[in-house]
Amino acid sequence: MLEPRFTDDVAELPTYKFGPSSLTWWGIIGFMVIEGGFFALTFAAYFFIMGHEQGWPPEGRPPAALLAGTLFTILMLLSEIPNTMIKKAAEARDVAAVRLLLPVMVAIGVVLLVIRGFEFNSLNCRWTDDAYASVIWALLLLHAGHLLTDWFDTVVLTALMYTSVGYEGRRLVDVDENSLYWRYVWLLWIPIYLMIYWVPRL
Amino acid sequence: MSFRRQGRAAVLALLLGACSYQRYQSDFGAAATQGRQFLTLFWIFLGVCLFMYALVIAFLVAGILRRRRATDANVVETGRHHQSHPLMRTTLIGWAALIGVGLTALAIASFFADRSMAEAATGEKLSVTVTGNQWWWDIRYNSDDASKTLRTANELHLPLGVPVRIQLASNDVIHSFWVPSLAGKQDLIPGRETGITIVPKKTGIFRGQCAEYCGTQHAHMALVVVVESYADFIKWWDHQLQPAPAPANPLTLAGYNYVTSGPCSACHNIGGTPASGQVAPDLTHLASRKSLAAGALPMGKGNLYGWVADPQSLKPGNKMPTIGLEPQQLHAVVAYLETLK
Amino acid sequence: MTDVRAGDFEGVAGRPVPNERERVEAENRRLAEERKKIVRDGPKLTGEKLAARLDATWRRPPGIIGWLATVDHKEIGRRYIITALIFLALGGVLALAMRLQLARPDSALIGADRYNQLFTMHGSTMMFLFAVPVMEGVALYIIPLMVGTRNTAFPRLNAFSYFMYLFGGLLLWGAFVLNIGPDAGWFSYTPLSGPQFSPGKRTDIWAQMITFTEVAALAAAVVMVCTILKCRAPGMTLARMPLFVWAMLVVAVMIIFSMPAVALASGMLISDRLIGTNFYNAAEHGDALLWQHLFWFFGHPEVYIIFLPATGFVSVIVETFCRRPVFAHAVVVLALISTGILAFGLWVHHMFATGLPRVGYSFYTAASMSVSIPTGLQIFCWLATMWDGRPRFQVPMLYVVGFIVTFVIGGLTGVMVAAVPLDLQLHDTYFVVAHFHYVLIGGAVFPLLGILTYWYPKITGRMMDDMLGKIGFWMVFLGFQLAFFPMHWSGMLGMPRRVYTYPAGLGLELPNQLSTIGAFVVGLAVVLFVVNAIVSLYRGRIAGPNPWGAPTLEWAVSSPPPVYNFAHVPVVESNTPLWDGDGKLPVVTGLRVDDKEMLLTTVVAATPDLREPVAAPSLWPFIAAIAVGIVFVASIFSPWAIAFGLVPCAIALTAWFWPKELKRHPEPVID
Ligand code: HEA
Ligand code: HEA
Ligand code: CUA
Ligand SMILES: [Cu+2]
Repeated sequence: MLEPRFTDDVAELPTYKFGPSSLTWWGIIGFMVIEGGFFALTFAAYFFIMGHEQGWPPEGRPPAALLAGTLFTILMLLSEIPNTMIKKAAEARDVAAVRLLLPVMVAIGVVLLVIRGFEFNSLNCRWTDDAYASVIWALLLLHAGHLLTDWFDTVVLTALMYTSVGYEGRRLVDVDENSLYWRYVWLLWIPIYLMIYWVPRL
Repeated sequence: MSFRRQGRAAVLALLLGACSYQRYQSDFGAAATQGRQFLTLFWIFLGVCLFMYALVIAFLVAGILRRRRATDANVVETGRHHQSHPLMRTTLIGWAALIGVGLTALAIASFFADRSMAEAATGEKLSVTVTGNQWWWDIRYNSDDASKTLRTANELHLPLGVPVRIQLASNDVIHSFWVPSLAGKQDLIPGRETGITIVPKKTGIFRGQCAEYCGTQHAHMALVVVVESYADFIKWWDHQLQPAPAPANPLTLAGYNYVTSGPCSACHNIGGTPASGQVAPDLTHLASRKSLAAGALPMGKGNLYGWVADPQSLKPGNKMPTIGLEPQQLHAVVAYLETLK
Repeated sequence: MTDVRAGDFEGVAGRPVPNERERVEAENRRLAEERKKIVRDGPKLTGEKLAARLDATWRRPPGIIGWLATVDHKEIGRRYIITALIFLALGGVLALAMRLQLARPDSALIGADRYNQLFTMHGSTMMFLFAVPVMEGVALYIIPLMVGTRNTAFPRLNAFSYFMYLFGGLLLWGAFVLNIGPDAGWFSYTPLSGPQFSPGKRTDIWAQMITFTEVAALAAAVVMVCTILKCRAPGMTLARMPLFVWAMLVVAVMIIFSMPAVALASGMLISDRLIGTNFYNAAEHGDALLWQHLFWFFGHPEVYIIFLPATGFVSVIVETFCRRPVFAHAVVVLALISTGILAFGLWVHHMFATGLPRVGYSFYTAASMSVSIPTGLQIFCWLATMWDGRPRFQVPMLYVVGFIVTFVIGGLTGVMVAAVPLDLQLHDTYFVVAHFHYVLIGGAVFPLLGILTYWYPKITGRMMDDMLGKIGFWMVFLGFQLAFFPMHWSGMLGMPRRVYTYPAGLGLELPNQLSTIGAFVVGLAVVLFVVNAIVSLYRGRIAGPNPWGAPTLEWAVSSPPPVYNFAHVPVVESNTPLWDGDGKLPVVTGLRVDDKEMLLTTVVAATPDLREPVAAPSLWPFIAAIAVGIVFVASIFSPWAIAFGLVPCAIALTAWFWPKELKRHPEPVID
């Protein structure tokens, strides 16, 4: 047990900041990398299986129907507009705006999940058919799970923001990071969209 | 220090291994071109590695001994712990360079070994297809002349000095074809074509063994390889092409009737008889082989009795059911099988 | 940047909805009042008085509830270590059983089916339930102390990770006891592990054990990365970070990049087995080798995930017992990083015999060998430190010597099997078994035993017995050589691995007998180590804060450390703080004493950045682990379990993250 030699005092430091100063920001980046890993490896599996096939999809099976997936993609990209607005509002500590916009994101999430349901129907195959079917089901399912969890996150966060703790800086950081995560969700979707709907059409 | 003993033990052990067991199943067999090149490359690697190891140990011992000279040590007690001996920096660079050189040497050696193996393995004159099954080897000698294609099991005959292409396939899980005395291993993978080319350089009998874990009886999935002169080989082939000899006496006839009509025929094939099952080893010349049940037992009357009576107790879990023959049926069946020379 | 301790209206509320205005202002007046009551440490509040207050703030509730709810990294780390050591004993006992069976040719002691379960359980237990978790456990215990902070980042995630690990282990061993233990080897190659050739639940249990332990490892990895990057004491720049912390940073990142591969692979395996997908089914355009690529993309980094923490241990021990910092600190750091990167390019060296394109051979060979360069340099740096220092050969240092003598042999045999032409002979033989036990036991277990002896006084407050320690070391060391050196020999004589017996007359009798004898000596030594640890708990000499005269921060606090680790947050001015100070410990003050709080610093320069509220103990991580666990186990029997299981999981997780009170707090405490 050494005697202390007093140097500095940190009492005046803040208890929250946006971005890389925040601990949760690093946590979220960590989990993004992990999930990114899952997707990247699923992509690898997809191309590995495709690698030794003549036709893709094999045996001249029809590729997935475009409509649902394309609708989903458009809406997903559009959702970035309110998402950015929320992020900006949070950083501006504009609780009112945040409270206004979060429900919009929740609603968009619901619509997206519904469309996703139809997407599974438009794949033109069952996961049991062959490895091609298995892997595109896997891709869609993984992303659906991703979508569902972040949507649920948003719901909880919305509820929280409507309580009085909504005024706490740390909650606004949560909102900020939730928006960051949503960007990741749609960013990941783009390659998946191409692999499910367009690569088989090449 | 014990590692010196270890070191000597190492070399001793290897040499000992080298001289006494090389005939049958060992990396020291060197009975084919690959085997020989493997051995040469192995000694090169061992040499370089022992050398590097010696340096490490020498430095370790030096460090331990040097601690007596206390005065000029760069340690916290002398307050110089943030400095370090100038010699170390240069030695570090030297060591790094040495590692670089050592590794490059080894990489090059391995490259040339690999290339000469590849070259040796060209110009195949004979094509054999070996198919893995849990837990036995199905062997087909291919020939453009359909009447000359031959199916047998668990015993591979190779002509001396002739490059043989061995195509490898699997009917169930992954197995690995490995005859240590001849060459390295190659996996048999369902849904993929693999293969290996061997140029036998020594006549003799060698033991091969499945080297990829393939389930319950992986341990008893062995293979006998007979390397013989070209003439003997052709003689063997022609003999194997013969249909099974007809039963000569009442006992063997009884056996014949049971085997060809009873459950055996559902799985086993016996050339020239109604027994034409394909999912189990071909029995046409069973008695001419050196082992039974994929190297599980040496061939012989006793073992035939034991095996036919109760295969599950001799090779638990294998795919041949215990049928429970009446004693006289058993006598008959074994008597007949013994005639399948 | 407004200071939000003020939580003040302008600061946070922006333009609130009009009708809320008074409420918010009233609220802010209340907060201003409350803020006056806040207590902080400082020259006026220090010593005994401070200790008492901090203790009151940080102590967890007593009793079983408190035990389940704890978020103290020291308790969690201890649990990790003890659990992992129990699994070492269990896995070891299986090994001894295998050795008994292999002692004689054609032995009928243990049947084929049972033996196959034995080596599968041994390998899986040792890799997934012992080697990786024990390293995480040690790190979770020591890293916050080493970097001078009061707890890990995300302490509740940390607690969750332990329970996931525990449940995974219980699942595997419960199944084994019921004789439905997995039997497809620790890397469960498809199609052998697939629906057609492994009916029953054995492989599903193996695969779900993987899911449990990977979730646990990933959670622990995120905790470690964030702790190391954001929670270091002021002044502990990356350059001043202890080598063990560097090792764990690299390892945590490796876990994050590699573990998804095996989790994905086993997920696909389960779905092939349960819901009829065809990822690995060649008959339906799948590919058996897909499994091998995914598994080894994880499996090879895995072995360095086990090895690099051990090199961290070695650096720690060498530094303390040679009385000087490790020679060429920067070189060692670069070696760690480059090993971590190279590790991801080598996985095919486990697949040479599958018939890869021959043109690639020389490339794979060179790539695999290149790892020897960083490792070789590290070895040199330790030896140079000894040569230039004044080594004291107490027990931990003995283990370091044993490590060098043994590990280098294993590394060199690794270089041999890295050469394709050699590996095609040596692959899947006992030569490889020898290689990986030399590197795993010589390279990881020896340093582990050393570091446990070294940190034992810090964890328990007492020293382990020196005499027993020395005897133990020589037994492990010599017993190990006797057990595993002959395996090179039996491998060269053509003995494949994973065979439950071998025929007489191949010259395999003698080496196998020696191996068996040696194995039992090692076993005894491990028992001796455990006995020593238990006895010393009561009889051991009282240690005091810094019994070894070590230079790093964990030795600046009492042994065992108080719940809050550091009364004042320490400041670091060199990379061997306790050797360079003026006998006093420089500190910063101003953290709250009436509430749990820790200091965050910037990633590179470690300048004070934020005051982070620390999560209170909570049962929810435990409950969440139960919920998730039930889903995993149930999903072995019906895919619907996942659909239904989502609900309880969602509830548990929400409750976990939901603030404990919705009244605004002068400084909110939310995890
Ligand atoms: C702690 C774990 C650990 C470590 C550190 C290593 C280190 C290495 N391993 Fe090992 N390995 C395993 C654990 C480990 N391995 C396991 C568990 C398996 C089997 C999995 C299974 O099949 O069940 C395996 C299998 C394995 C294989 C596959 C064998 C086969 O199945 O056929 C290969 C092939 O390349 C390999 C290579 C290497 C190499 C090149 C290193 C290098 O990192 C070694 C580097 C170190 C040195 C080389 C020594 C010090 C350096 C010097 C003294 C410098 C001078 C040296 C020279 C110039 C040569 N290992
Ligand atoms: C860190 C990892 C690790 C460790 C420490 C060990 C330790 C040991 N291993 Fe293991 N081994 C592996 C990892 C490891 N192994 C792996 C990955 C495989 C591959 C599996 C596969 O092929 O799938 C393997 C395979 C393997 C085989 C090959 C099996 C086969 O292919 O058929 C053998 C054979 O001898 C073996 C032996 C041993 C022995 C004798 C020990 C000894 O060191 C064990 C020492 C004994 C103990 C530690 C027990 C002491 C405790 C007690 C006696 C109980 C007392 C009670 C208390 C103290 C509470 N191991
Ligand atoms: Cu076939 Cu092992
Ligand atoms: Cu490897």
